[in-house]
Amino acid sequence: MSYQIPKFRHPQLPVNALGYTKADYEGSISTLCAGCGHDSISGSIVRACHELSIEPHKIAKLSGIGCSSKAPTYFLGKSHGFNSVHGRMPSVVTGAAMANRDLIYLGVSGDGDTASIGMGQFAHVARRNLNMVYIVMNNGCYGLTKGQDSATADEGSVSKKGDANMYSAIDLCATALQMGATFVARSFSGDKEQLVPLIKAAISHRGFALIDVVSPCVTFNNNPGSTKSYEFVREHAEATGTVDFVPMQKEITTAYEPGSSHEVTLHDGSSIHLYKMDEDLDPFDRTSALINMEKHRTAGDILTGLIYLNKDSRDLHDVMETTRRPLNTLTEDDLCPGNQMLKNINDSLR
Amino acid sequence: MKQIKSVNDFVIKFANVNGTGSASANNMFAKALFRMGLPVSPKNIFPSNIQGLPTWYEVRVSEKGYLGRRGGIDIALSVNPQSMAQDIQEVEPGGYFIYDNTKPLDLRLIRDDVNIIGIPLTRICNEEYKDPRQRQLFKNVIYVGALAALLDMDFKVLTDLVADQFKGKEKLILPNIHALELGHQWASSNIECPIGIQVRQADAVGDKILLDGNTALGLGAIYGGATVAAWYPITPSTSVVDAFEKYARRVRIDPGTGRKNYAIVQAEDELSAIGMVIGASWNGARAFTATSGPGISLMSEFLGLAYFAEIPTVLFDVQRAGPSTGMPTRTQQSDILSTAYASHGDTKQVLLFPSTPKECFDFGALSFDLAERLQTPIILMTDLDLGMNDNMSEPLAWDEGRRYDRGKVMTAEQLEAGVEFGRYLDVDGDAITYRTYPGTHPERGSFFTRGTSRDEQAVYTEKGEEYEKNMLRLMRKWDTIKQYVPEPEVISAKQKTDDAVLYFGTSEEASREALDELAGRDGVHMDAMRVRAFPFNDDVKQFIEDHQQVFVIEQNRDAQLRTLLMAEFEFGPDKLKSVLCFDGTPISARNIRKQIKQYLEEGAPKPLHLTKITSSAGESA
Repeated sequence: MSYQIPKFRHPQLPVNALGYTKADYEGSISTLCAGCGHDSISGSIVRACHELSIEPHKIAKLSGIGCSSKAPTYFLGKSHGFNSVHGRMPSVVTGAAMANRDLIYLGVSGDGDTASIGMGQFAHVARRNLNMVYIVMNNGCYGLTKGQDSATADEGSVSKKGDANMYSAIDLCATALQMGATFVARSFSGDKEQLVPLIKAAISHRGFALIDVVSPCVTFNNNPGSTKSYEFVREHAEATGTVDFVPMQKEITTAYEPGSSHEVTLHDGSSIHLYKMDEDLDPFDRTSALINMEKHRTAGDILTGLIYLNKDSRDLHDVMETTRRPLNTLTEDDLCPGNQMLKNINDSLR
Repeated sequence: MKQIKSVNDFVIKFANVNGTGSASANNMFAKALFRMGLPVSPKNIFPSNIQGLPTWYEVRVSEKGYLGRRGGIDIALSVNPQSMAQDIQEVEPGGYFIYDNTKPLDLRLIRDDVNIIGIPLTRICNEEYKDPRQRQLFKNVIYVGALAALLDMDFKVLTDLVADQFKGKEKLILPNIHALELGHQWASSNIECPIGIQVRQADAVGDKILLDGNTALGLGAIYGGATVAAWYPITPSTSVVDAFEKYARRVRIDPGTGRKNYAIVQAEDELSAIGMVIGASWNGARAFTATSGPGISLMSEFLGLAYFAEIPTVLFDVQRAGPSTGMPTRTQQSDILSTAYASHGDTKQVLLFPSTPKECFDFGALSFDLAERLQTPIILMTDLDLGMNDNMSEPLAWDEGRRYDRGKVMTAEQLEAGVEFGRYLDVDGDAITYRTYPGTHPERGSFFTRGTSRDEQAVYTEKGEEYEKNMLRLMRKWDTIKQYVPEPEVISAKQKTDDAVLYFGTSEEASREALDELAGRDGVHMDAMRVRAFPFNDDVKQFIEDHQQVFVIEQNRDAQLRTLLMAEFEFGPDKLKSVLCFDGTPISARNIRKQIKQYLEEGAPKPLHLTKITSSAGESA
């Protein structure tokens, strides 16, 4: 096994609008297990960022603790990263986003990091509608500590040890919706065609965008009886529809049958097209989204794709009416009121 | 009967029911004396409750300028039957007990060594006002008016103060002045005025101001350039962020757009609050949080990350009585050890100890410079006494030419020019390394911040020698820090002495008074050092070495600062003696003097828990 990514690249790798190849968005070589779903998600993030022509340094990637939270090392090597403490990534992102509203914030977490130790922070970052992408690499188990069930493991799902999980599963998409998230999607690490446009749309969305990605753990939770195994997810994933992401100012070339698609313009001017949508699902309606998720859960399916989108989302900076200049660029001249004001304050205190 | 006689030197304690508006009337009394040129030090001793429980307001008046608690009560003004039995007991022999005699005093409470003065406050109110709320509110104003007659105060100072306080709410001015007059007239015509304790116009406050430490801290954060505040409500720190917001609304609105040049996030808990501060600071904004003991416990994990990953962090700890929920509305200096070594593993945190509102402001603003220069948490240790009480203070001032010290931050230009960047690479030899803000340069200068061990390039490593190298650099940084933090203050005795005291924070004023008393009345002379920061610099070590015994005065049970001195300097326990107060009230001068005298006369006392328990609150001269 090699520990270094070879520097050699095909000379004619496609470049994006900035002149970067996909390799410019990669990180160091993964130390996760061979076949880990998380690596596929990293690959999708690389592809989405490359295709969106994002300047790599304009993204900050932050994570908590766990296998998932190690993943940011393995993509976007030219971006600043922050591997914080267990379950607390949302607060660190919140502070970072307050300091500089101009960067893209990509939070990466796992099911333990989000649904157990980090449940409080997850709920509150969703409710504040912080402008960030929150990707959960969800494998239903604790990998680094050798396979204990996590809080997203389905009731009755059997782990590698052979024990069936006794507890009710937390559905992170449903939770996020309840908490006020304005973009909620679920996907599967093995389905890049679905995941890549979702990541792009989540980046373009202004507000809190959750993508709960089922990402099988090949070492501890890929066995028969597990509801987070590759086989199970492939058999039970049911997409809400298909999402096409159209970047800003790009001509729409795909022909859709009339009445079959929704076009949604996102805050940055790009748009998404939803087609082949499940007739029952109105992704712009919270009630419909919740009912649909519940229906699929009862049927034992995994509903994937875009589940909910609030087109009128106002993010935390909008709500707080903070200045449009990043706060970290303000200087003494903007911030310090000077001695005369202190003299006035002193006078009022005598 | 003996009557205490004094001019411009006494302690008065108001006993009220909380939620009845007494605090503003009591505050008016204190402010009026301050405006007569008298140093005052009001202390609000209040319950963790919104309405109905006993609350006290103690005012020390001292023309000599002693602002600490003296100990003992000369005048008790009791309008709360719940606490009357306790209140009368606390009065010094010859002192005055003023009470609402609408209902007769329980005969069992009467002391024949105390001057008892009855004023029918409830009756006066009932005759004058119909509205129950007015009856309640004006009762407080009426006793202030009566006190003005009893103490021979300049009545005009009070009426001017009312006019100032209700500026903008003019229709409240006359009713308040009327209530003051009601009290004043009743006392003048029914009691022999003035009593033995009197006040006269003086000239002892100069240009000083009366301000609480939390407001000063909020202002320090404004002047220090904080743009992000994240916090979780907790007594007694809440008013820090309240003050920051109040002033931010005035001075931090962008004139062009009307938008805010600041962001305040009320977090879901203290873990999140400090996480936000760390995220914002990592991203190049000046950010802070304010909390108290329970919050410190919750923030400890993140404090370890900020120490190890070297992220500037500003934290204001307004200490209260612990452990656990403890006494949430009472003061202590008991978070010293839990902050100094906050978090698991080998950690050391920088602490600042302000003693006055002026220092709260100065150190508050300085915290941001230090955090960014030193790339580590700066924990400013104040307490409920300093934070929530009006304290007489030097006026606040700001040097117009002052620029913020943003520390070692590598710019896009430097990176473009090819300057070598390693996040944890010590290029200057002071163990402080360069950082970059996210988003600085498209190709260079990015790094991965982590709480795991890493090499100089911020790359993950589990090599023991790399880990050790980094931990030793952090120790060298600790030495660098000593040059930056506020140096201690030394006050030498009038004669040469081998004895000394050492104190910090709000123990200053009472210690200063105790030393004067020891010198003047007992002939005991002692040098004094006020420590203003941790790490201690070499002056602290030298000062202790230069004396045979050093009394460490602090407001906690376990002598936490003394423990820190022993741990950092390896002094033996024999050299450092403890003077402690931990009943939740601010330490008093009499208490300090008594404990030191006991040491000197009887040798080391038995450990506190093996002696008869006596509260340090009610000690007498």
